[in-house]
Amino acid sequence: MILPLILCSLLLGALVPLFLKKGAGVVGNCLVILPALLSFVLLGKAGVPAIQSGQKLQWTHSWVPAWGLDIDLHLNGLGLMMASLILGIGTLIITYALGYMAGKEGRMRLCSLLYFFMFAMTGVVLSNHLIVLFIFWELTSISSYLLIGFDHEKASARRSALQALVVTGLGGLALLAGLILLNLMTDSWLISDLLVGGHELGTHPLYLGCLVLVLLGAFTKSAQFPFYFWLPNAMAAPTPVSAYLHSATMVKAGIFLMLLMQPILGGTLAWSLSLMLAGALTMAIALAYGLRQADLKKILAATTLAVLGILTFLIGVDSERSILAALVFLFGHALYKAALFMTAGSVDHGTGTRDIRLLAGLRRSMPMTAAAAGLAALSMMGLPLLFGFLGKEYAYKSVVDHPWYWIAILVLGNAVMMVLAARAGVSPYFGKVQAKTPKPAHEMGGLMTSGPILLGVLGLILGCFPAWVSPLISFAYNGIVAGSDPYTLKLWHGVNLPLILSGVTFAVGFSLMKLLKPAASGAQVNSSTLGDSVYEAVFKSVLLIARWSTKSLQTGRLRSYMIIILVSSCGIILWKLVRFGGWPSFDGIGEINPFITILLVAMTIAALFAVFSTSRLTAVVSLGVVGYGVSMIYAKYSAPDLAITQVLVETLTVVLFAWVVRRLPEYRKLSSDFERFMDIGLSLIMGGVMTVLMLKSQGLLFGDRVSETLTQMSYPEGHGANVVNVILVDFRALDTFGEVCVLVVAALGVWALVEKVKTKKEK
Amino acid sequence: MDSIILRTATRLLYPLLILLSLVVLYRGHNLPGGGFIGGLVAAAAVMLRALAVGWSGIRASKLLNPIMLMQYGLLIACLSSLVGLAASGVFFDAVWLPTWYLPILGKVKLGTPITFDIGVYMVVLGFVLLCAKSLDLNNK
Repeated sequence: MILPLILCSLLLGALVPLFLKKGAGVVGNCLVILPALLSFVLLGKAGVPAIQSGQKLQWTHSWVPAWGLDIDLHLNGLGLMMASLILGIGTLIITYALGYMAGKEGRMRLCSLLYFFMFAMTGVVLSNHLIVLFIFWELTSISSYLLIGFDHEKASARRSALQALVVTGLGGLALLAGLILLNLMTDSWLISDLLVGGHELGTHPLYLGCLVLVLLGAFTKSAQFPFYFWLPNAMAAPTPVSAYLHSATMVKAGIFLMLLMQPILGGTLAWSLSLMLAGALTMAIALAYGLRQADLKKILAATTLAVLGILTFLIGVDSERSILAALVFLFGHALYKAALFMTAGSVDHGTGTRDIRLLAGLRRSMPMTAAAAGLAALSMMGLPLLFGFLGKEYAYKSVVDHPWYWIAILVLGNAVMMVLAARAGVSPYFGKVQAKTPKPAHEMGGLMTSGPILLGVLGLILGCFPAWVSPLISFAYNGIVAGSDPYTLKLWHGVNLPLILSGVTFAVGFSLMKLLKPAASGAQVNSSTLGDSVYEAVFKSVLLIARWSTKSLQTGRLRSYMIIILVSSCGIILWKLVRFGGWPSFDGIGEINPFITILLVAMTIAALFAVFSTSRLTAVVSLGVVGYGVSMIYAKYSAPDLAITQVLVETLTVVLFAWVVRRLPEYRKLSSDFERFMDIGLSLIMGGVMTVLMLKSQGLLFGDRVSETLTQMSYPEGHGANVVNVILVDFRALDTFGEVCVLVVAALGVWALVEKVKTKKEK
Repeated sequence: MDSIILRTATRLLYPLLILLSLVVLYRGHNLPGGGFIGGLVAAAAVMLRALAVGWSGIRASKLLNPIMLMQYGLLIACLSSLVGLAASGVFFDAVWLPTWYLPILGKVKLGTPITFDIGVYMVVLGFVLLCAKSLDLNNK
């Protein structure tokens, strides 16, 4: 019961801010923070003991039993670690956001959206059913769209938001297909069942397709090559959002998925190859990109990309050690990167700029922020006694007995990360004070400094005493590598190869810091990427195709619409008739009724009259005759409801016509003779096809006649003697509801069109 | 169109036609009729009145605002679908009240199919009225 309670508390958190004003005081702030804190505490109080004692927290609610679709939540070790990061950092982010947006419009909207995202993200890591996982997955995409586009008055923010949505949304669809394939292969929807194992999926014919689709989902979400481009653009979001979604949590959803799928889909060459290749490429591109940037947030985004690349790479190495390394790395990254992003936001707030070339010596004016940023940056550099060091050590440890270039990739990556960490977390705060900032620098309030300080100090404490956090990581490790022993993280492993590699990293990193200077002040920084321009080209061409197809289909002429409708419906019926085969017989027709014959002759004459008349009024009246004739046929063959409806519709049409007749343009021939000739041909074909269809359906006898069943059921089941009505409002009420909705949409369409014409005329 | 005969006749016919539409709506479950036909009859009645006295003459009654009619019609139809979901867990499942006996109407059966039909009635009426009102270019 505790799991849905956590989710509900987060949903409540999304609602609370909507009832508060932007200027809410201490009480209001507490009210906003409370749900996040509550869910964090709930998770700790219930989740940790449960996992420790080996029991499983689970909660199931039947949703669509017919499809085996249940809202199935569970908590395993991996989920516990992810959820504590999401909820713990989330609480700090909400606090920070309250300070960041103080006095600004949309303060509470931002908090509400952050909570909505937190809800979705927690759902992803807690869900046990693959489809439920997918639904939460898509919810994170949607909330991320809303958060990136938070400043929706800026075109760039809207574009970035749409880009993130399109990329991650397409990935989400691929993921759905992948999960369905997974279900086809294993015949199970439940992750807990899949993790039990015993499915030899590697040799299954569907395996490769499933792998590609699932990885598409993970790579788009975690911004892996070739989908890396949306993440730097997503920095258009307010800084709390970047700190939360685009470093600590949402982009980790893809990593989470890969960790989750590693026991299920991993262990093959295809898995390792694609992950390691994508990871290494992403890291290389990201670091090259980061070195060119001068904007604090863009630099941090680049390092986030690089870390995601390293994590993907480590999961791709696909050994027990590398999984452990990925978990430690992930945990450390979440701590320091959220802190770094928050300090970047504080610097932006306090000085009015994020350009590192303008920032220096801020440690005097912003001491708290400087301390937090310094600690986080040192952790990111991987200096000993900070948690980042452990992540790096374990990463090296997992590749030491592999080819040398794997090691080289990691060493080089970490060294360049050191340069970027120094630029983002150290250089703005040290050196000579610069007076070039748009605003004189000043320190932030407690709401904005508490989060980063806490995370920074936590990085230091846990770096010194890693045993305190090792249960959490050990549970997660256990959740992935089934049956593994509890693992205790240690700071000192003795002098070994990983330690030497760390030394090499420091040496390379420090020399790179001396060699690579940030771009000269005032120089234009190119922050677009190749992926971005490819996306742009694809996006534009899709729009072009849409425009072309709309133009060629929506001609604005009734004739072409009619032709499209008639030809396509005629084609479908013909295809069906030909497939059915056989000629229609005239057996089922029965006697020829003189009344109906006279009626039909009259209707035919009226229809011809309508075609050849030169006056609009005559044409409408003739069509009216046809309509009333049809209603008489209905009446004759005992379908009074249809007959009444037909009469009423005919009448109303004539009245409507009477209203507009004087306003209509002159009655003219718009089609050439050839076109009219073609139209006659089409009409004849359509009529012929319909005739054949009617004769054919007369001659067919189906075993179970729906009409008879419905007639029999009408009174006892539907409490009505009028079977037509019972079908409409009871048996097939959903269809009727759909039709009614169509009516409303059509009416609004008519209204909008006519109103537009009217206002144009008035002008 | 300004005709004293039409105006006088409409004064009498309009309430009768509306009543007729309601009767058609109500009896639809057992005899020819129902929400769709009832809505069309009511629409015809309103249009007749609009012909006689113009749209401005009937605008006064808020009940006949087409957009309102359609939105509340949809709402009623939607709510009737949810009653079944709440009562028996099946979407659009019909729920009937026990039969009553009233003096003139005799046996009265009320249930969600009837309320659904009322929703259909309102949407159809709103649809025709909105089209008619929009197309009547004299109406500003």
